[in-house]
Amino acid sequence: MRPSDAYPNYWRKPPQILTHRQWRIGIQLAILAYLILAGASIEVDWQRVAMGLERGQRFIMGFLQPDFSSRWRDISQGLIESLTMTLTSTVIGVIISVPIGIGAARNLTPRPVYLVCRGIIAVSRALQEIIIAIFFVAMFGFGPFAGFLTLSFATIGFLAKLLADDIEEIEPGQADAIRATGATWWQLINYAVQPQVMPRLIGLSLYRLDINFRESAVIGIVGAGGIGATLNTAIDRYEYDSAGAILLTIIVIVMLAEYGSGYIRKLVQ
Amino acid sequence: MSEISHYSQLWHHRTPRTRLLMWIGWLALIALFVWCWQLMNRETIWFFVADAPRQAADIGNRMWPPRWEYLPELLMPLWDTINIATIGTIGGVVIAVPVAFLAASNTTPSARFLRPIALFIIVTSRSINALIWALLLVAIIGPGLLAGMVAIALRSIGFVGKLLYEAIEEIDPLQVEAVTATGAGRAQIINYGIIPQIMPAFWGISVFRWDINIRESTILGLVGAGGIGLKLQGSLNTLAWGQVTVILLLILCTVVVSEWISAKLRHAII
Repeated sequence: MRPSDAYPNYWRKPPQILTHRQWRIGIQLAILAYLILAGASIEVDWQRVAMGLERGQRFIMGFLQPDFSSRWRDISQGLIESLTMTLTSTVIGVIISVPIGIGAARNLTPRPVYLVCRGIIAVSRALQEIIIAIFFVAMFGFGPFAGFLTLSFATIGFLAKLLADDIEEIEPGQADAIRATGATWWQLINYAVQPQVMPRLIGLSLYRLDINFRESAVIGIVGAGGIGATLNTAIDRYEYDSAGAILLTIIVIVMLAEYGSGYIRKLVQ
Repeated sequence: MSEISHYSQLWHHRTPRTRLLMWIGWLALIALFVWCWQLMNRETIWFFVADAPRQAADIGNRMWPPRWEYLPELLMPLWDTINIATIGTIGGVVIAVPVAFLAASNTTPSARFLRPIALFIIVTSRSINALIWALLLVAIIGPGLLAGMVAIALRSIGFVGKLLYEAIEEIDPLQVEAVTATGAGRAQIINYGIIPQIMPAFWGISVFRWDINIRESTILGLVGAGGIGLKLQGSLNTLAWGQVTVILLLILCTVVVSEWISAKLRHAII
């Protein structure tokens, strides 16, 4: 019989990601060094934090006992702006992004058109909504119109990219079959591409509707209208019960939108 | 035969009934759009809108050439921004992991009581943007990096939690069964049966969120939560458009680099 210590009765789970020992230790040390460096750069004024905790408590109280009534006019005005902005910008964004998305699909369009459309998408995706909003507010003045433009612009980058990627992945057999009948380019789009990508396009549009509402709550902070502007005012005035009411409204609408769009997507697909 | 002549010569994609329904649907959408458009633009001042091209040209003139001398001043805020994103992500992930285990239907200890709470945490965190979290936290704990980090962490919980609990629900139950059959305890089942399966997804999600957080933390300064956004806010308020150009270009570079890093890392992991 072999001695029992030759066969270990103890097993350790081997590492999964970084299997090389030296690398693992090196990276762990690097992370530790980074955390110490980064931690040193935080300056916390603990007195201010202690003072703020009381305010935080008031905010949580406001969240638990939201006050919908005293600022209801402002809240409803902001909500109407946000909701209308969301819908109009999604519709316009989808309408513009469909041709751009088709143009950015490599298998349908010539090289120059492809490059131009991909360029438009890259520009639209590179900039944050809030930065675009700052510029549109400076150009078009305060209010939901600037927000509408911002969200439409952001929608183009999002939707056109995903649509283009989707068109590039269509079943080529169906396109070949339609082409073999002598179909023109438009007929090809209409009978081979559109039926394949339509369910996904609808799904993405609904998803973007959802995102646009969430974003509409943010761009108000820089003056582009909507519920964000109301929220900003409420917090600036330390009216935490109204702020809590606004936040709860946003959460409820986002939840409804998410479940609603999920339901419709299931129906379509 | 007479039956054949009954068929139409032209092939249609849809039956008349579905076509009619689709037309009604489109009409309803257009009507809704027009109604919303009018409601939204009740207070729009069209003079400003018509004036926009001139304003755009004006801003464009002021923004060019960029004030490159401003760049050295931005390096410290950029470091802060990266710290906000990184530490915020770590904090968010640390909280998100237990929440995800509570929310996944196959690991939750009580489906009736704890799971809804975990799901509510995820939805709340997801539906409120980091900028709004920052707005609240700046009011509560004061302006600075800490508010930014906490805001990023709070926003990340929902994102990471949702993707992670979906990953947990999709694991292969046979491996869990096998580990259970050896007589393992609850913690051991999680450690040996579940964690190895979700590890790639976990790192992929975390790195992806880090990438998004870099993007979001660049603008948190607009509400006072530190980082490069603070400089952006200052430059905008003093109408120093040349500096704004430099900042935006720097943000763009940072975002592109972080996207590249995250793509490389995810490629290496998955």
